[in-house]
Amino acid sequence: MAIRKTPSPRRSADDRGFRLGTGFFALLVVLLVAGIGFELFRTSELTIAKFGFNFWRTKTWDPVSGEFGALPFIWGTLYSSVLAMLISTPIAIGIAIFLSELSPGRLRTPLTFLTELLAAIPSIVYGLWGIFVLVPVVRHLEVLTPPWLKKVPLFSGPPLGVGMLSAALILAIMVIPFSSSVAREVLRAVPATQREAAYALGATRWEAIRAALSYGRTGIMGAVMLGFGRALGETMAVTMVIGNNPQVSASLFAPQHTMSAVIANEFTEAADDLYLSALIEIGLVLFVLTVVINGISRFLIWRTGRVVVAEEHVPEPLAASGASA
Amino acid sequence: MKILRILALTVITAAGVVSSASAQNMQINGAGATFPFPIYSKWFSEYNKLHPEVQINYQSIGSGGGIRQLTNQTVFFGATDGPMTPEQMQQAGGKVVHLPTVLGGVVPVYNIPGVDAQLKFSGKVLADIILGKVNKWNDAAIAGLNPGVKLPGTDITVCHRSDGSGTTYIFVDYLSKVSPDFKKTVGVATAVNWPVGVGGKGNEGVAGLVKQTPGAIGYVELIYAIQNKIDYGSVQNVAGEFVRASVESVTAAAAAASTKMPADFRVSITNAPGAGVYPISSFTWLLFYENPKDKQRSKVMKEFTRWALTEGQKYAGELGYSPLPESVVKLELTALERIKG
Repeated sequence: MAIRKTPSPRRSADDRGFRLGTGFFALLVVLLVAGIGFELFRTSELTIAKFGFNFWRTKTWDPVSGEFGALPFIWGTLYSSVLAMLISTPIAIGIAIFLSELSPGRLRTPLTFLTELLAAIPSIVYGLWGIFVLVPVVRHLEVLTPPWLKKVPLFSGPPLGVGMLSAALILAIMVIPFSSSVAREVLRAVPATQREAAYALGATRWEAIRAALSYGRTGIMGAVMLGFGRALGETMAVTMVIGNNPQVSASLFAPQHTMSAVIANEFTEAADDLYLSALIEIGLVLFVLTVVINGISRFLIWRTGRVVVAEEHVPEPLAASGASA
Repeated sequence: MKILRILALTVITAAGVVSSASAQNMQINGAGATFPFPIYSKWFSEYNKLHPEVQINYQSIGSGGGIRQLTNQTVFFGATDGPMTPEQMQQAGGKVVHLPTVLGGVVPVYNIPGVDAQLKFSGKVLADIILGKVNKWNDAAIAGLNPGVKLPGTDITVCHRSDGSGTTYIFVDYLSKVSPDFKKTVGVATAVNWPVGVGGKGNEGVAGLVKQTPGAIGYVELIYAIQNKIDYGSVQNVAGEFVRASVESVTAAAAAASTKMPADFRVSITNAPGAGVYPISSFTWLLFYENPKDKQRSKVMKEFTRWALTEGQKYAGELGYSPLPESVVKLELTALERIKG
């Protein structure tokens, strides 16, 4: 936030005006976030007053009788996003390593372009692809699941195709370009001297890469968290393949629901005030969760950054650039 | 502050709350149900050809949104697939008139491997399937209605709408009438707490799920099934006949109900009595304040509605909607006169 002093000794009124102007724009963002939070809170007063904390931990979502609990949606959002990160993180980091360290020069540009192209595909297109290609494949896998494996809660339930597994897979594909391109930038920012030093000590290529990874771990964690944030809020593609059934189930095969999906699905037809308020409170819960998770990830990044500095004496500017990635 | 809330949750609503009126032209804004959107936009454009000075804008944001925007008076008229509840009428701060415009039907669609025959359903069996009580296709209840059809022992997967929808309202309204059990455990609303099954967004979402899941059953609007050439089952009506939904059999439901039409037209015509009636049928309504502030717009809108109820009905069939029966149109033209303007 600190504004650097200009080297020029002359400071005109324009300077001050410019500073005030840009400062005002920065302030707008803060106001907007606070405004959204406040307004979500204000418009969901009805359900906050009626259900209180029970809203967060009960499982019934019944618009007919006016009973609302957000737990299945919170569960579905977190479960699908965490699964997506488990699937996508190794792949994204693998792509980043290959593109920055191992890929032949001729392949690098087209491959980078293609990975980033994945990020440009609209989520509705992912959704359609999910329905017509991914879901049948997943259903086939579910049909092939041997009976003894079906007894494990993780794989129980009828083979529907739509459900948690399809949602997690599609989310994983959607977040890979985000995580991998940031991770690639981080790896490229690792000074060549680091690798040279590793080779000079007799390190193999793999060991040199590991040294580079360790050097850039703050930034890589930032890259993963960026993907996680994206997965939490993704709506369209997820709602098309997750089955939209509000239940808390550990099974990968079970149809479930997410917070953003229920808002997108039910908002237009929510005619009575309590129902509307419940949907807005879901928005508030999602808002709060996003803020908390972002806070935690900032904290983790800050901590790893510090550990790195303490252990390895990383020069200050790099640690800072990693944290801002 | 209202804008902020909308910003936070939906871009659709924010897109067109109010548009500015130019000097000569009369612009009238409305919002509501998505189901009648194709016929309404056809009407508005045809009417605009006849009366170039009148331009009617319609945002198909859903029935709930339409009722809300009408009540907040951000639009001049609303449109809904389910009549307003007494509480909503009270909150409106003025008498709201419901006028049926066209009719639609909801049909059961299914995907049973190896079965090409058109299945027959009774209301009770349909309700039990949706409740998850009948969960195999070769269950005696289904087989009993369909002698001669070789049904497999496949599990039934129920596919329903994940979004709030007038289609859902009509479907569960019918099931609640024919099954006390369904009424008790699920009830009637545009979105309900489904005991089993998976949800798809929109008619296309449900149709897609049904098409891809062996053993699936779902429900879509008749128009959607006709336009996409999806085969659907017939449903037993009060007279005991198994009727396949069609433009005519849906209109027949309204004709049968018109003898007992309440003065405010807020009536459900699912499970209507009479021969040749398709039982899962419903009106869709336009909503006006009986005594609106803007008398000028009210006058124009009344003229338009009169046109839509008479001349305009001829466009219904080609778009897959069922036209209103004469008897209902007559009642409505009288009721229209009560609106001030």
